[in-house]
Amino acid sequence: MKHLLSTHDLSKENALNILDTARMLSDVSDRTIRKLPTLRGRTVVNLFYEDSTRTRISFEAAAKRLSADVINFSAKGSSVSKGESLKDTALTLKAMGADAIVMRHHASGAAHILANSGWIDATVVNAGDGLHEHPTQALLDAYTIRHHLRANEGDLSGVRVAIVGDILHSRVARSNIWLLNTLGAHVTVVAPPTLLPVAVNSLPVEVSYDLDSVLGKVDAVMMLRIQHERMHDAYFPSIREYASRYGLDKGRVQLLPQGSIVMHPGPMNRGIEISAEVADGENSVIVEQVSNGVNVRMAVLYLLLGGAIEGEEKQ
Amino acid sequence: MSSIVLRGVRPLNADPVDLVIESGVIKDLVKVGAGQGEVIDCTDLIALPGLVDLHTHLREPGREDAETVASGSAAAALGGFTCVFAMPNTSPVADTAGVVEQILRLGVQAGLVDVQPIGAVTVDQKGETLAELGAMADSAAAVRIFSDDGHCVSDPLLMRRALEYVKAFDGIIAQHAQDPKLTVGSQMHEGDVSARLGLRGWPAVAEESIIARDCLLAEHVDSRYHALHITTAGSVEIIRSAKAKGLKVTAEVTPHHLLLTDELATTYDPVFKVNPPLRTQADVDALRLGLADGTIDLVGTDHAPHTAEHKQCEWDSAAFGMLGLETALSVVVLTMVNTGLMTWAQLADRMSFAPARIGNAKNHGRPIAAGEPANLTIVDPKVIWQITPDQIASKSKNTPFLEIDLPCKVIHTLLRGEFTVKNSKVNK
Repeated sequence: MKHLLSTHDLSKENALNILDTARMLSDVSDRTIRKLPTLRGRTVVNLFYEDSTRTRISFEAAAKRLSADVINFSAKGSSVSKGESLKDTALTLKAMGADAIVMRHHASGAAHILANSGWIDATVVNAGDGLHEHPTQALLDAYTIRHHLRANEGDLSGVRVAIVGDILHSRVARSNIWLLNTLGAHVTVVAPPTLLPVAVNSLPVEVSYDLDSVLGKVDAVMMLRIQHERMHDAYFPSIREYASRYGLDKGRVQLLPQGSIVMHPGPMNRGIEISAEVADGENSVIVEQVSNGVNVRMAVLYLLLGGAIEGEEKQ
Repeated sequence: MSSIVLRGVRPLNADPVDLVIESGVIKDLVKVGAGQGEVIDCTDLIALPGLVDLHTHLREPGREDAETVASGSAAAALGGFTCVFAMPNTSPVADTAGVVEQILRLGVQAGLVDVQPIGAVTVDQKGETLAELGAMADSAAAVRIFSDDGHCVSDPLLMRRALEYVKAFDGIIAQHAQDPKLTVGSQMHEGDVSARLGLRGWPAVAEESIIARDCLLAEHVDSRYHALHITTAGSVEIIRSAKAKGLKVTAEVTPHHLLLTDELATTYDPVFKVNPPLRTQADVDALRLGLADGTIDLVGTDHAPHTAEHKQCEWDSAAFGMLGLETALSVVVLTMVNTGLMTWAQLADRMSFAPARIGNAKNHGRPIAAGEPANLTIVDPKVIWQITPDQIASKSKNTPFLEIDLPCKVIHTLLRGEFTVKNSKVNK
């Protein structure tokens, strides 16, 4: 495996390897000196075409704990008309000797193009491309689910997960649908019909328009951020109506079976898709998702840049 | 007077003859060996009427880095065309008599194909006010086809007026059917593949709803309407029922929509980004059947050159469009003739007779018979070839047909008895 571009193309074996590696690396995060020498002398570039403080600092922390040199490159505007083309940026990074490029981009498929264009030979990690995929988010979500519901072992067979919200525009949803499916979980997507792809039936999911009827039957519920501007494109009438039909509040959360967990990829709109009580409540694993994110991204960089757990022990 | 003899050529794949050309006209078709004059051996080659493309983007004036009338004319001649209609989305837009006459003149200067300008329907193709359609019709370019191609005339009142107005000079409105509100930011066909790739969908209904509305308008005002590049099974059905009602409605399909599908977007290679987008296999099948049964009247290339920097980038940022002139005939042979869906005579109809008739291109799309203008395309149906970037005559290289085995090669093209292409090379 040279790149991580999508979960659609990620095998079960590779996915489990990443999760198991992240589990081992999590010990590093608990040490007093949270650092491994594995990637010393390697250069990881965080190439971000969109603002994303959370994902960028998570990758930065992951790379630094593995002793890599980290360069943060914030590129605004990318098309031919605005600034430098992706191709020229890629050639620049190649000339500077980047070993891995972690890219967040507003265009679906940008990471795919960067990895397959022949412009560079570096490893590419997709940190979110347009509406397409955000594979490390799905991996950290799977890690979190496995930690809580499967004691960090094996796959997710039999786990029932609901993904709630703007499925149509969500790269997080898309990556989660594929990965959860690969790992054996059962996925239900819940949204108003306007926020589902027209061809949703081609995806390996169950579909529901009714959150209340789903909550009683899931082990994990993943709430997606709703963007206010969707209202202006008539995806739903008002934020208030959306919140009342699809928001997870104190009353609804009680429909969940005992031991179920509440997740959110962040950043949250408190009071809209998730109420403050639920976000901070006992079922919530939202803060834990963030720390797991660093471990999972360490594992991804570690494995893609040629590290192997066994080799590390011998050094 | 010196004569040219195309020895042993098969007109529309019929029995071989000697085809004798003199003074730019087909003088006679005689028994093989009987023709007198300069003999060109055409044994086993098929003679077609010179191809006519109702839908070409030549980019000049304005984007001479992507294509010029001269380079586009060379590409057209190599593809077997003797007449191409130039879409008006140039810079400035061809929305006045002055600009259409300029394009006409550039075509004459290039001298490889007859370049017939298409005029814009609305000023600057903005969809707000009618361009001076009558002035363009009366100009030296004698424009009869009007189109805002690239943009849809979506305003129903403006569309109605345009359809009515051009009746005064037997004009026709050629519509790029795309509801703008249903396709904001659209990148590819809306379906299974777009759901997976996260590219914004361009739904079939955005095309079909405009064509259905336009057919009703054309019926109401009793005018001629031409649907450019239809792409969906639903559009074929709408055109079929409009024709059954006797409306003056015609339709076009592009070569790429006869062969390629939306699955190609999984490569994220913008060479497959085109507007309207590649659809599903079911749509491809319906388009082929529609072309075969005559519901779709003609093949138009929608030849759309773009420079490398507009294609070597992210899919969202890339320009829509692909080359077509040099591969059109081969793709139609591959999808329609070699599949048994159409005969060579039907191919001649869809790629020459029908577009010439609809575009009112005098002296093109004529039968291969004594006394007719010698606008001819001589092809070898047995050659299998691949197009490579270095052999493309177009200034741009954005062909989606690389590495596909293409049947049938244009050997000679003749415009009024002169070789514009001889032995598959531009003759100028």
